[in-house]
Amino acid sequence: MHLDHGHTHHGSVSADAHRPDGTRRALRIGLGGPVGSGKTATVAALCRHLRDTLSLAVVTNDIYTREDAEFLLREAVLPPERIQAVETGACPHTAIRDDISANLEAVEELEDTVGPLDLILVESGGDNLTATFSRGLVDAQIFVIDVAGGDDIPRKGGPGVTTADLLVVNKTDLAPYVGSDLGRMARDAAEQRGDLPVAFTSLRSAEGVGPVADWVRERLAAWTALPAPTA
Amino acid sequence: MTRSALLVLADGRFPAGGHAHSGGAEAAVKAGRIRDAAGLEAFCLGRLHTTGLTAAGLAAAAALGHDPYELDAAADARTPSPALRAASRRLGRQLMRAARATWPGPGLDALAAAFPRGAHQPVVLGATARAAGRGPEDAAHCAAYETAGGPATATVRLLGLDPYQATAVLARLAPVMDEVAARATAAAREGVDALPAASAPLLDITAEQHAAWPVRLFAS
Ligand SMILES: Nc1nc2c(ncn2[C@@H]2O[C@H](COP(=O)(O)OP(=O)(O)OP(=O)(O)O)[C@@H](O)[C@H]2O)c(=O)[nH]1
Ligand SMILES: [Mg+2]
Repeated sequence: MHLDHGHTHHGSVSADAHRPDGTRRALRIGLGGPVGSGKTATVAALCRHLRDTLSLAVVTNDIYTREDAEFLLREAVLPPERIQAVETGACPHTAIRDDISANLEAVEELEDTVGPLDLILVESGGDNLTATFSRGLVDAQIFVIDVAGGDDIPRKGGPGVTTADLLVVNKTDLAPYVGSDLGRMARDAAEQRGDLPVAFTSLRSAEGVGPVADWVRERLAAWTALPAPTA
Repeated sequence: MTRSALLVLADGRFPAGGHAHSGGAEAAVKAGRIRDAAGLEAFCLGRLHTTGLTAAGLAAAAALGHDPYELDAAADARTPSPALRAASRRLGRQLMRAARATWPGPGLDALAAAFPRGAHQPVVLGATARAAGRGPEDAAHCAAYETAGGPATATVRLLGLDPYQATAVLARLAPVMDEVAARATAAAREGVDALPAASAPLLDITAEQHAAWPVRLFAS
């Protein structure tokens, strides 16, 4: 038996903006940040906020459990077939930066099975301040820190805080209890990030994710305004 | 083509998904079969002579250009554990992605189109070596090296094993890797029916158990 050399377009190889059939693929947004800062809570809130108007899916990168995926399933923020968990072999940053193959498999599988999709959220396993997503995997990234991790984190900088397309400072409701100075965090973040945006959130209220959802909608509008695929 | 292409393919940083797999080491560590460098060496030795030899044969045969459908069926027949079959196909897909970006060409495109759900990883590995201009010996060496390299890296993470000791284990096993690669290549030259079918039943059993663990660090 011989292979047919006629098909040259099975599967995309990298960050192509188009799917193999020529249609535009979903916008991919990564969420990274330290352990427990509120990445999953942000994903859940975004899903609740956006799911009525957009076709959504989520990829989680748990470090050694399926807890994030299971939390999202339990909270029923999306139907189960729209949530995929990737296993990362003890190295969450490898799976989002150095070897993105498992995550690319997951996002493409979601587009194939439940697409067409407008937006795919990729949550990294909780990691350190240097963890950032490869541009081969996501189109934009959100770095989530929280006020309880210390109000000096924006000053410390690091690739996540400095270069993420959106910095989210979460759990502002806890600031009075942990003695974090939100004004200082905002000034330090602005110093590190120049014009890049920062959102302060508290996900204790249903509307808390609002600024992040607005930012996501803007990114999506920019994405769909790109020239239409020609294939 | 160049020998350095082999180094690119064999490099642990080649982004083909292997970092999330322990090659059975996670289950062996939990069961107490790997506790130290000596345990790692014994584990890798067993793996090399069994599944490593089988994988190396398939890779060499694919690098020689044998019919991929036949090779893929041969790999299926040599992989009784459903969990390991699924892992091998998933890794085959991931390797295919990296390979097509690295050495683009009609051969890999055709293989990807023929196996949209992924061909078995050793088959893709052999086809990748071929696309990189390397022959069956090199493909077999890559397969043999991965057989020991995956568990060694995983054990460093799982046990906190001294990384120098883990690397020394790989160096001590190098002659065995050479021997396995040579046997695999010789068999592949005889044809698909002559390919090794050595297996390690305990690896199959523990792979099934591992796949059902609720909490684990590695995908396999
Ligand atoms: N008080 C308060 N708690 C929050 C807020 N957001 C999240 N939490 C809580 O913080 C804890 C961690 O939140 P997650 O969303 O699981 O954090 P994560 O970043 O996904 O954590 P990992 O995936 O383990 O790294 C949970 O108990 C949340 O309920 C917030 O705005 N305020
Ligand atoms: Mg989480």
